[in-house]
Amino acid sequence: MLDKTGIAQRIAKEVKDGYYVNLGIGIPTLVANYVRNDIEVEFQSENGVLGMGPFPYEGEEDADVINAGKQTITTLPGASFFDSALSFSMIRGQHVDLTILGAMEVAESGDIANWKIPGKMVKGMGGAMDLVASAENIIVAMMHTNRAGESKLLKRCSLPLTGVGCVKKIVTNLAVLEVTPKGFKLLERAPSVSVEEIQKSTEGTLIVEGVIPEMTL
Amino acid sequence: MINKKVANINEALQGVSNNMTFMLGGFGLSGIPENAIAELVNLGVKGLTCISNNAGVDDFGLGLLLQKRQIKKMISSYVGENEEFERQMLSGELDVELIPQGTLAERCRAAQAGIPAFYTPAGYGTEVAEGKETREFDGKMYVMEEAFKADFSFVKAWKGDSAGNLIFKGTARNFNPVMCGAAKITVAEVEELVPLGELDSNQIHIPGIFVQRIFQGEHYEKRIEQRTVRQRD
Repeated sequence: MLDKTGIAQRIAKEVKDGYYVNLGIGIPTLVANYVRNDIEVEFQSENGVLGMGPFPYEGEEDADVINAGKQTITTLPGASFFDSALSFSMIRGQHVDLTILGAMEVAESGDIANWKIPGKMVKGMGGAMDLVASAENIIVAMMHTNRAGESKLLKRCSLPLTGVGCVKKIVTNLAVLEVTPKGFKLLERAPSVSVEEIQKSTEGTLIVEGVIPEMTL
Repeated sequence: MINKKVANINEALQGVSNNMTFMLGGFGLSGIPENAIAELVNLGVKGLTCISNNAGVDDFGLGLLLQKRQIKKMISSYVGENEEFERQMLSGELDVELIPQGTLAERCRAAQAGIPAFYTPAGYGTEVAEGKETREFDGKMYVMEEAFKADFSFVKAWKGDSAGNLIFKGTARNFNPVMCGAAKITVAEVEELVPLGELDSNQIHIPGIFVQRIFQGEHYEKRIEQRTVRQRD
């Protein structure tokens, strides 16, 4: 079974040379730490920066240079700043190649819910609805089950949707899955996790074809 | 050059009254019009509708107006990090309209650009699209969203001049440029008001035509919301 860092490490393998990538808050943010350093990738943050670098050294934080998680960041040589409308032109205009974000629920149809629990928690969708409605390539990073042990991979989402039929791939602490017209196709197992365990934790249709390899990080 | 400079914050906010709709720049606490917000608290205007990506934190930014119950309605994309906000929203004291961030930006830009409405894929098939016109273009579904209408825009820039020209810094730019000229009156506050001619015309982000009033803010706290650092080797 993977921890959050492991999920980020596995997703980092999906990041290809020449990609512009938008990382969501939480596990997705960690992905930047594990991207191979022999490829060129630029990270976009929807608050208006392309070419994000690592966190600043202590004492060098700048209130005017943050990411969408409101964390202080640095920029790399060649980075650019822009306004919010232009930022979402990059996103809706499909200039960003890959979007990685978290989710509360994903349905086997590719629907995603991650912004609201009615009556309990309403933080808002931020840029998530724009991102999922536009991106060609969306990977969800999340735990396979919630804190109550219930599956987050469902036949249908029970929470208010963020987007419809948009998720292509999911990486959880248990598995890598692809969203297909017939359901969640199991691609890889996390180290020392059995197909049976994945099946037990997946409420939606799970498609298992042939021998499922264990993932490498 | 037409002079947009006002003598002080009182003059900058002249005409502000109860039940108005405001646009306020900023992302989190970065690039928020700190001085205008402080003056709105002083003036005690109530029943406000505020269009702003976030709602500040409990004791800073728009959180200061929320504390005093001056806001009737918030139109935002993300409102986490503010307990008083969450309390007022869940108890129904505060009306909240949450909309996708890109839609928020574009509704500002549309107002600035004289475009009454546009189609976006964001929110299609979700509760955000309920009651809105939808339409198919090239096999994909879109939601029609309308330009905002507001009385005042309060924006914050790094440098400006008396002609109202603005230059922003870093990610403090965010929603500020798209809110300029998107309301009946745009009030820009800057960290540094420089003499006319000092700003390089090639580097101006927002031409003064979009700004009606400009002043240099007295003080900027520029609070950091999430201080993240790495260790030196």
